[in-house]
Amino acid sequence: MTQQLRTTLPTRGLALRGIAADSPARPVFMALGVMLILGWALFAFDGGQFFDESNIVGIQQRSAALGIVAVGQTLAILAGSLDLSVAFLMSLSSLVAAETMAQYGVLPAIGAVLAVSALTGFVNGFAITTLKVHAFIATLGVSLIIKGILEYRYDGPAGRVPESFQHLGYDRVGPVPVSALLWLAIAAAAWFVLRRTPLGYRIYAVGGGPEVARLSGVRTDRVIVATHVLCSLTAGVAGLLLAARLGAGAPTVGTDGGYDLESIAAVVLGGTALAGGKGGVAGTVGGVLLLAVLDSVFNQLEIDSFAKDVVRGVVLVAALAIYARRRLAR
Amino acid sequence: MRRNLPILGVLAVLLVAIAIANPFFLEPEGFLAFVKRAAPLAILAAGQYFVIVSGEFDLSVGSLVTAEVVIAARLIDGDPGATWPVVLLLLAFGALIGLVNGMVTTLLKVPSFIVTLGMLLILSGAVFLWTGGSPRGALSEEFRQFGRGSLGPVPWSVLILVAAVAAVIALMRSDFGRTLLAAGDNPVAARLSGVRVLRVKTTAFVLSGLSAAVCAVLLGGFAGVSAKVGEGLEFQAITAVVLGGVALGGGRGSAVAAIAGAFTLQALFTLLNLYGISGALEFTVQGLILVLAVALGSVQFPRRAKSASTTA
Repeated sequence: MTQQLRTTLPTRGLALRGIAADSPARPVFMALGVMLILGWALFAFDGGQFFDESNIVGIQQRSAALGIVAVGQTLAILAGSLDLSVAFLMSLSSLVAAETMAQYGVLPAIGAVLAVSALTGFVNGFAITTLKVHAFIATLGVSLIIKGILEYRYDGPAGRVPESFQHLGYDRVGPVPVSALLWLAIAAAAWFVLRRTPLGYRIYAVGGGPEVARLSGVRTDRVIVATHVLCSLTAGVAGLLLAARLGAGAPTVGTDGGYDLESIAAVVLGGTALAGGKGGVAGTVGGVLLLAVLDSVFNQLEIDSFAKDVVRGVVLVAALAIYARRRLAR
Repeated sequence: MRRNLPILGVLAVLLVAIAIANPFFLEPEGFLAFVKRAAPLAILAAGQYFVIVSGEFDLSVGSLVTAEVVIAARLIDGDPGATWPVVLLLLAFGALIGLVNGMVTTLLKVPSFIVTLGMLLILSGAVFLWTGGSPRGALSEEFRQFGRGSLGPVPWSVLILVAAVAAVIALMRSDFGRTLLAAGDNPVAARLSGVRVLRVKTTAFVLSGLSAAVCAVLLGGFAGVSAKVGEGLEFQAITAVVLGGVALGGGRGSAVAAIAGAFTLQALFTLLNLYGISGALEFTVQGLILVLAVALGSVQFPRRAKSASTTA
């Protein structure tokens, strides 16, 4: 609630310069660097190889789905909104994908998933802007609606994903999985939208101060609807990826992964302000990688999976406390 | 009182609909059974109300309820003598978690959404770590009386609810209540007029933690020990508060309406059950009603311009 009205203008120039300058993303990359060194040391101590191919591939594999949806979540949060419906939408997308693929083939399935997710995003945006429902409640309501549909129509995994599409889940180019390339492409696209298009500037303006943005002639409602459509589209793509991994659609795949709250956590770990208007995609990518490296260290040390949650919670709160210090110090 | 009217109207309509479908509901026994089922959520919603009206969120209450029930089962382990000490311990633990949430939010200036999300992860992880995945031990009969038993014809949980509602109303009419509303509406203005905003907000989190402890005592008795007892309760509590017309972002709304929101939600569940929509499309109907009800609410009380809350 101590969010100032000040809208940080997006940094001009190269992405690298944006990261190197005093951007909100810097601490997360510093933390990621520390974590990588720490991970390397712990692995070496434990008799493993942190930088060996299987571990590097594993980190990317684990983070791709979360990474994709977190990019979308970044857009929603930057506009001062948030989306709690992504987890259920991912489950629904995986099912729509697998069922359509089994019947009509891959391309119609991709089309169907994108249509369903765009529609969901539109409903989210419509509820928030036209019906004036707080984003938290609107997207919570939409996630309940999807949950009901999932429970009504499906008891368990359904549909089948053809071999050709499963390549998306498992193939890789050298040490880089195709899924990670997809994530990278989506992150780059989102970066381009945010830094190089009018829509991007409007997203920052609306998140920084909706009333000021409106008075300056930005059609704030359209911007919010657009971010929600884009956010839901990334959830749809993440659902496609999960379907390719599983070889089928599953009604609990999104919620089991906790993608709703975890994507929000990754975004704020990356230095994007929860109140909107400040931050960017680069930080989110760093946040997701940080969570994945943490996971891989835990796996190597064979720490109980429940302890991971405890440490994640502590890391999340500690990181945000550090960000708050930095804000105050300036 | 006028502010409470919309939600009380909706609640009345739902109650009439339940009574038509199930005449047993009109008898004292049937009605008390309904209140007993609604009591845990109503108490939790009352606690969440304090936090929301102060402009914050508490997402940790669901996992706190689970943690409390699991701790109770483990510590009591069927021993009746341990009942009261454990109940006191649970209340203290709830207050402590609320205190931590509140202090991290106010002193370290971390958004409460993130603080309580972190607390959710920490609590759920820690509980499972401690129990090794499945809860052990058992609650004593005495402990379960709070959620199950009754004093004459009136269930204990209803009496506890009445006491909690009275306490909430008294609190909101006291200086604390007024300063809480002021702090939620405009923290800067409140601070400049001498409100100790940090202390008031922290107190709100402590009250929310306490309410989760009471809710856990009732639910543990009513539903028994399971690792899923508190699942999704945080969202239900927030939903109830918002259904009651309390504005997310703080400063607006009444406690009675928030509690009425919890009853409305419970009445909705009951009604959906009665009409056999349970299980399958229950969530869809719930989601639709949630969005539409809040949308209607925002027509009746125009929201403040959003900038007002961001400048604060």
